[in-house]
Amino acid sequence: MKRINILSAAAMLALSSQQSLAADISVEIQNLTHGLYFTPIAAVVHTPDASLFEVGEAASTELQMMAEGGSIDGITTLATAAGADMIANPAGGLLAPTMSASGDVMTTDGNLMLSVVAMILPSNDGFVGLDNWEIPTEAGTYTVLLNAYDAGTEANDELRGSGEPGMPGMPVPPPLDPLLGTGGSGVAGADTNATVHIHRGNIGDDSMTDGTSDVNNAVHRWLNPVAKVTVTVR
Amino acid sequence: MPNLIKHYKKVLLLALPLALSACDDDDTREVIVEVEVPAPEPTPVDVSYEVTVVNLTNGQPVSPPAIVLHADGNLWAVGQVPSVELERIAEEGSSESFLTLGLASAGGDGPITPGDQQTISVTIEDITDAKLTIAAMLGNTNDAFTGINAWDLSQLAVGDSWTTTRPAYDAGTEKNTESAATVPGPAASGEGFNPTRDDSGFISMHPGVVSFDDGLSTSALTVEHKFDNPVIRIQITRTE
Repeated sequence: MKRINILSAAAMLALSSQQSLAADISVEIQNLTHGLYFTPIAAVVHTPDASLFEVGEAASTELQMMAEGGSIDGITTLATAAGADMIANPAGGLLAPTMSASGDVMTTDGNLMLSVVAMILPSNDGFVGLDNWEIPTEAGTYTVLLNAYDAGTEANDELRGSGEPGMPGMPVPPPLDPLLGTGGSGVAGADTNATVHIHRGNIGDDSMTDGTSDVNNAVHRWLNPVAKVTVTVR
Repeated sequence: MPNLIKHYKKVLLLALPLALSACDDDDTREVIVEVEVPAPEPTPVDVSYEVTVVNLTNGQPVSPPAIVLHADGNLWAVGQVPSVELERIAEEGSSESFLTLGLASAGGDGPITPGDQQTISVTIEDITDAKLTIAAMLGNTNDAFTGINAWDLSQLAVGDSWTTTRPAYDAGTEKNTESAATVPGPAASGEGFNPTRDDSGFISMHPGVVSFDDGLSTSALTVEHKFDNPVIRIQITRTE
């Protein structure tokens, strides 16, 4: 009887040391831009063979939902199916320029990679992205700067429109409504590069009532990087 | 004259009268005498750095860089409300007040034109773990600046050198109208510092200049003044 107890104690020890491969991390995302908003953020910790997006490859339907309309429902479904750990919508809605949002997660054994996505507004299908960043095993604070990507799924017409996947135009939630123009004729047709690629930036114009774009060229442009991710491994 | 009291060491003398031959404990006494001995005044050691700033832009003069060594904390950071001292750099390139913010500082000698570079030396006594902050305006803008925020100098031993490139930031204190009246650089010779703040109010990354050529009809700037990140290269060398 005593022997069995010792054996089970050893088993417990082995189990707990295996669990220590999992990590207790916090992820903070800061919007570095002067005038862009981020839609709800999805920070997903997943296995090395999973991926939310890859440059040079067509966007998944779930990524398209996020990049065109800001919905992370599809990403959440993907993450759950892949056994990933997720920080969903840490900002509780839109993340305004220069603001930060953070969340904590206890990662599951084997989930070693961090990916982060959020749509940038105003844009047709622009998003800020981090793709399969390996989470360090050593405790500490790590910083990564993120670029803006184009999902390659929608024409960058820069006109008020829809956030539904496959529908033209940009979704315009309340904080952006008074900042955007109307009556633009449309900047550009379908992307030449229909895969995920580095966003070429907004063109915009200086008219609130006509011109080619509904985007304000002195407010809604950007240069990379557009976001800072700070990961703390405890 | 520094306070000499600081430089005295307290020396404890434990005096044990030699009374070992006596068996009687009453004859053994401990006497503690406290004597103050002047310690030699430590000679301050100079810790010096050379900072070289290269202007990587096509048409943006970089204002005389402000190099400040300071203790913990930030003199500016993305997401913070900028100080008036930073606003003076970002809106008119004047670094005088910003240079007073740290433990030691040095300002550049005139603006750095595109493609040019400048090396600035700064010295601090005894401290090897100061934070280095640099700020300089991109002259042909409303309130764009570049620099580095609280970089930890303890990473550099004597002779070590570190090179990085830095992006453009927006002080958030003045709208990016790019108008002739508001851009102080040679492209427009407009107004410099104005205490009124009419933009976001927070430091952010800079969105870049639009220019007249790219569709901002009120802009005094042309394609010559456009930039992308990075805008400067910085090399920091610890020389002593």
